Amino acid sequence: MSDVIQHKNIRLPEGSIEKQTTTLNLGPTHPATHGVFQNILELDGERIISAEQTVGYIHRAFEKLAERRPLYQITPLTDRLNYCSAPINNMGWHLTCEKLLGVQTPKRVDYLRVIIMELARISDHLICNSIVGVDTGAYTGFLYVMQYRELIYEIYEEVCGSRLTTNIGRVGGFERDFTATAFEKIEKFLKEYPAVLKEFENLFSRNRIFMERTIGAGPISAERALNYGFTGPNLRAAGVDYDVRIHSPYSSYEDFEFDIPVGSTGDCYDRFLVRNQEMWQSLRIIEQAYRKVQEFKGAEASVYHADAPEYYLPEKKDVYTKMEALIWHFKIVMGEIDIPKGELYFPVEGANGELGFYLISDGGRTPYRLHFRRPCFIYYQAFEEITKGAMLSDAIIVMSSLNLIAGEMDA
Amino acid sequence: MALNNDYIKQRLTEKFGEQVQHFEEPYGMLTFEAPKELNLKVLQFLFDDETLQFRFLTDLQAVHYPDEKGRELAIVYHLHNMVDNVRLRFKVFTSIGQPDIFSATALYAAANWMERETYDFFGVNFIGHPNLKRILNVDEMDYFPMRKEYPLEDQTRIDKDDEMFGR
Repeated sequence: MSDVIQHKNIRLPEGSIEKQTTTLNLGPTHPATHGVFQNILELDGERIISAEQTVGYIHRAFEKLAERRPLYQITPLTDRLNYCSAPINNMGWHLTCEKLLGVQTPKRVDYLRVIIMELARISDHLICNSIVGVDTGAYTGFLYVMQYRELIYEIYEEVCGSRLTTNIGRVGGFERDFTATAFEKIEKFLKEYPAVLKEFENLFSRNRIFMERTIGAGPISAERALNYGFTGPNLRAAGVDYDVRIHSPYSSYEDFEFDIPVGSTGDCYDRFLVRNQEMWQSLRIIEQAYRKVQEFKGAEASVYHADAPEYYLPEKKDVYTKMEALIWHFKIVMGEIDIPKGELYFPVEGANGELGFYLISDGGRTPYRLHFRRPCFIYYQAFEEITKGAMLSDAIIVMSSLNLIAGEMDA
Repeated sequence: MALNNDYIKQRLTEKFGEQVQHFEEPYGMLTFEAPKELNLKVLQFLFDDETLQFRFLTDLQAVHYPDEKGRELAIVYHLHNMVDNVRLRFKVFTSIGQPDIFSATALYAAANWMERETYDFFGVNFIGHPNLKRILNVDEMDYFPMRKEYPLEDQTRIDKDDEMFGR
């Protein structure tokens, strides 16, 4: 530790400990950590010399639990990974299952999924960016955009009945068709949100205080970011245009036109800008998807699940009245259906990076092994390197602008 | 020339001969295995080779196969070539009695926590890892919970008296 400043002018009393640095425990339950994880910082004055992260405070053994659960019962586990954008996790898992089972989904299902996933991305980015605002001392943006996260949650509620841990959809599609109210709310969102996002950007993007706080805080080069396994907006902020939606399209993302925003320095400001731009792109995608959904005519216009009776849960009213449907419901829920043997890795573009599912099935009722590639667990390792030599207050912003979600980190 | 699985396979066999084996393509992703002493050499070759350029470590984890004697633990690397957008899966097997594997931390900074996680859950000993200790579980834990010999609690057990949940 040669960069420790020697305080020659300070005379310590006789017999005192000559430690010139301060150890600071940031977390596990610090208001600025936004989640349960601990950072042991070694400080010289206000500069960070080293940081040691401790994670695992809310480890819930999802991978072990998944080894006993049939495919349907794993969906609620995925909710609790990145709970700020649970629908992306749910659909990522369903897409993994569909690939394993060989289920083809109709286009309308794909587009409806895209709408929900992009809404989830917007709500996740909103939280992340507005929290960066809060940590730099601007509370207004956070409260203002919260109304629109609420609207997104209302759309989830209309589609699946729950808000935060959504458990949305089924293997093969959705549990029910989108209601007229759901479409109305999506329309309302598309109409009102651009103005709000514009205003949110106006509050921050060229705000002198915000810029001073975030420019140059926690920068990372593209090369280091790749070496550290960065994905998602954090990698794009460092200047690498990698996006799973483009590189290995799923759920018909190839049908949509959108750009990948990239930054250059990979600091907090770039990460903020990239997320903001991504929200605009998500809006573009939702608009296109919404138009495409409206264009379906006749019988196609009410398709909301794949024709896969052996994997898709039968309708509730049939389950209550018909023997056949009841049997199938029971078989599917209890995991008595045939699952092919196989090994696959399926990535989706989660809100904070590449969310991957590595699934090994041995043909039994439950996965033999399921591993979640959790993006923020992987990129949080870089925290020490990117905050070394920075001020304590920068560390807080870096932490929030990396979009760390404790639930995802600890699985 | 676009990079495809046949070409990767050919390059690997040219370099390592018989030692890389079990080439498969489940769901289109090239999968192969190598002896565990060679894991770093293979990773380094895939990293350095001008035509292959697998420079992104997507994921690293282990799988436990208790019935395969002498090769109970599989360590699985998922690599990604971002230039040509090709992924591959690379496995090494090790016995559970002596689960020693060379650490890939020098090649990929991202491997640090992934290897710690793998150690935490499967007890794979990564040689050369700078800080190999438990990451998600408590430090006092004296077993490796993801191994198959530790089943989850029987869901139908009735001997447990739990005031909170009335089981």
